[in-house]
Amino acid sequence: MNPVATPFFFYLLAGTMIIGGILVITRKNAVHSALALITTLLAQAALYLMLYAPFVAGVQIILYAGGIMVLFLFVIMLISIERAAKERQFNKQWLVGIVAAAALGGLFITIYTTTTKGKELFPEGRMTYGESQNTQQIAALLFDRGAGQYMFAFEIASLLLLVAIIGAVVMAKKRI
Amino acid sequence: MDALLHITTLHYLVLGAALFLLGVIGVLTRRNVVIVLMSIELILNAVNLNLVAFSRYWQGMPGHLGGPGALHGQVFAIFVITDAAAEAAVGLGILIAFFRNKETVNVDEVNLLKW
Repeated sequence: MNPVATPFFFYLLAGTMIIGGILVITRKNAVHSALALITTLLAQAALYLMLYAPFVAGVQIILYAGGIMVLFLFVIMLISIERAAKERQFNKQWLVGIVAAAALGGLFITIYTTTTKGKELFPEGRMTYGESQNTQQIAALLFDRGAGQYMFAFEIASLLLLVAIIGAVVMAKKRI
Repeated sequence: MDALLHITTLHYLVLGAALFLLGVIGVLTRRNVVIVLMSIELILNAVNLNLVAFSRYWQGMPGHLGGPGALHGQVFAIFVITDAAAEAAVGLGILIAFFRNKETVNVDEVNLLKW
């Protein structure tokens, strides 16, 4: 089945993400920034669906928008941030930061325009629209005994989460 | 116009680069630590978008690296999301500890080690 109206949805979601990103870095109120970031993450999950990655889209919504951003909102409400909203928002070296980001942006534009001149940078192969087996194939890559290459990385990631839990509890305790 | 209307991998990469730039501007120019941490999450999301876009590209390529089971980019994206969760938890713990001591959330007041 061929997808319909792909450019419309891509530009709609891309515009939502860019506007959300601009709102994140410019808002005075941290809660507004967190809500804009949630919007960006949800639009990104929809973009993952457009890229035929439904499992990563589900993980993004559940973990990122529903876990990490809620943690951010908890911490914003724990620290008294109304006083910070009345102070100066941008630090003293904002001009150097903008110049550095403009240099990075110039590098990106140079790469993306000079390497695509005259030839296709990423020629489209024969696209397989298989998305019904996506979760099973990711599980095969992670857990399968014969074909799974990421079992060790999976165990290291769970160890990392254990260390992060202990570290976060110790850092936030009143009396160690 | 046709290059704008036919969505290829390059479109996703340019969008990822734009999000990365927004995150970098947020990290370098804001004073509030919470906004800086959220800009770091923006950067990680841009990288995730790149990874999943390339995974989709390799799914359409022939050979032993490609094919319908070439989902390495998506698996890596799941690991990046896990890492982002761990880093956000520890970073916010540090923020709470710092706020308890100095009663401020501005990055340029973290200057106890300044010579």
